[in-house]
Amino acid sequence: MNECQTYPSPFRKHKQGTQPDHLHAGYVSSMKRAPLQPLVTITPTLSELTGPLFGRDEIVAGECNMTRSANGGEAQGQRIAVSGRLLDEGGAPIRNTLLEVWQANAAGRYLHKWDQHDAPLDPNFSGEGHVLTDDLGRYSFVTVQPGSYPWGNHHNAWRPAHIHFSVFGPAVCTRLVTQMYFPGDPLLPFDPIYNCTADSAARERLISRFDWNTTIPQSTLGFVFDIHLRGRYATPMEEGHDDH
Amino acid sequence: MITKPFMPATTWQTVGPFFSIGLERLYRADIAGAGVDGERIRVAGRLLDGDYNPIPDAVVEVWQANAHGKYAHPGDTQDKPLEQGFRGFGRIATDDLGEFRFSTVKPGSVLTQSGEPQAPHLVVSLMMRGLLRGLVTRAYFPNEGLNATDQVLQCVPPARRSTLLLSSLVENDVPTFGWTIHMQGPSETVFFDF
Ligand SMILES: [Fe+3]
Repeated sequence: MNECQTYPSPFRKHKQGTQPDHLHAGYVSSMKRAPLQPLVTITPTLSELTGPLFGRDEIVAGECNMTRSANGGEAQGQRIAVSGRLLDEGGAPIRNTLLEVWQANAAGRYLHKWDQHDAPLDPNFSGEGHVLTDDLGRYSFVTVQPGSYPWGNHHNAWRPAHIHFSVFGPAVCTRLVTQMYFPGDPLLPFDPIYNCTADSAARERLISRFDWNTTIPQSTLGFVFDIHLRGRYATPMEEGHDDH
Repeated sequence: MITKPFMPATTWQTVGPFFSIGLERLYRADIAGAGVDGERIRVAGRLLDGDYNPIPDAVVEVWQANAHGKYAHPGDTQDKPLEQGFRGFGRIATDDLGEFRFSTVKPGSVLTQSGEPQAPHLVVSLMMRGLLRGLVTRAYFPNEGLNATDQVLQCVPPARRSTLLLSSLVENDVPTFGWTIHMQGPSETVFFDF
């Protein structure tokens, strides 16, 4: 018999259905890569309750503009401003935290040796962005609207337009890698990656919303995408009004 | 009293095959850096899918304590020394053979929340095309007395504990440890939920 001690985790379990299962038959590459044994539940220790912190020594703070190349050239495509807040599940801002983003160019092509899509590369667009949240958990960057691209998952498979996000947050427990989508994309109902999550409200939170307030006249369309990382259980005194 | 609405954590999505565009800037295969206490070691790992094929498009992240068993994080309030410049983070992409290598110092023992010493270990996260959510595992060192009482290892069915144990290799006089991570199969590596 195992002497498996379990203390309560200070981090909330994910709400049922809001995260994808590892194995998802519609997503072919998960079939040989998803673990088939159940995950082993452990009590997080300092090893999981801490995690790497990246700040101003790594990344220059301020707005990140992905539409300008190092030699001053302008990327092709529709300019967009993506902004939002990084919050925990209770709505508290997560400050001074690194967001790493990457995306295809306006034609749906990644600047990557394995991307074989027959669409033009843009010499002025790398698709790479790094930005820190500010003291209110806000972030913003300017880029171009990524194109949709075909992939080999099934016949005539196309990914909806998306931007990849990687976020650490304060601990190994809060690590998140996700993809942001665009409102009204006709490919969303057919995408096995977007649809791998059971909870439809959770899926829809991956779709950014068009926003007039961050739309710049004559220049740039604004989209807002808020990100929530796993939060801690409230302290017992607060518990009464935290679960609604 | 104002009630903040509860909003469940954002859904994970796969890192996909092209993650190096965004993640390469923080690739770190030398985790400890110069001037850090402890025994220098190397880890040579390999990542295999359910058909024993190498996985050439994965990214491996390592998080570890220093040789004194202290994390570079304000949440670690243990009274132990922390060298300036020690971060304890590594990030390595697998190569065409599904292999990944990094060098570091062997971590010390970190206490559990109840004050018991854990066996020295590395926290290892995996992300790859085909994985809808990241996976977290641990790598333990062979022949460590504390492995017998480590709280996390005790949660692992005994027959599966060996999947978390590094093996000693001899390589250029620097102690080197091998590790094969199996995503599936009879030797499927243990992954954690916490
Ligand atoms: Fe993509």
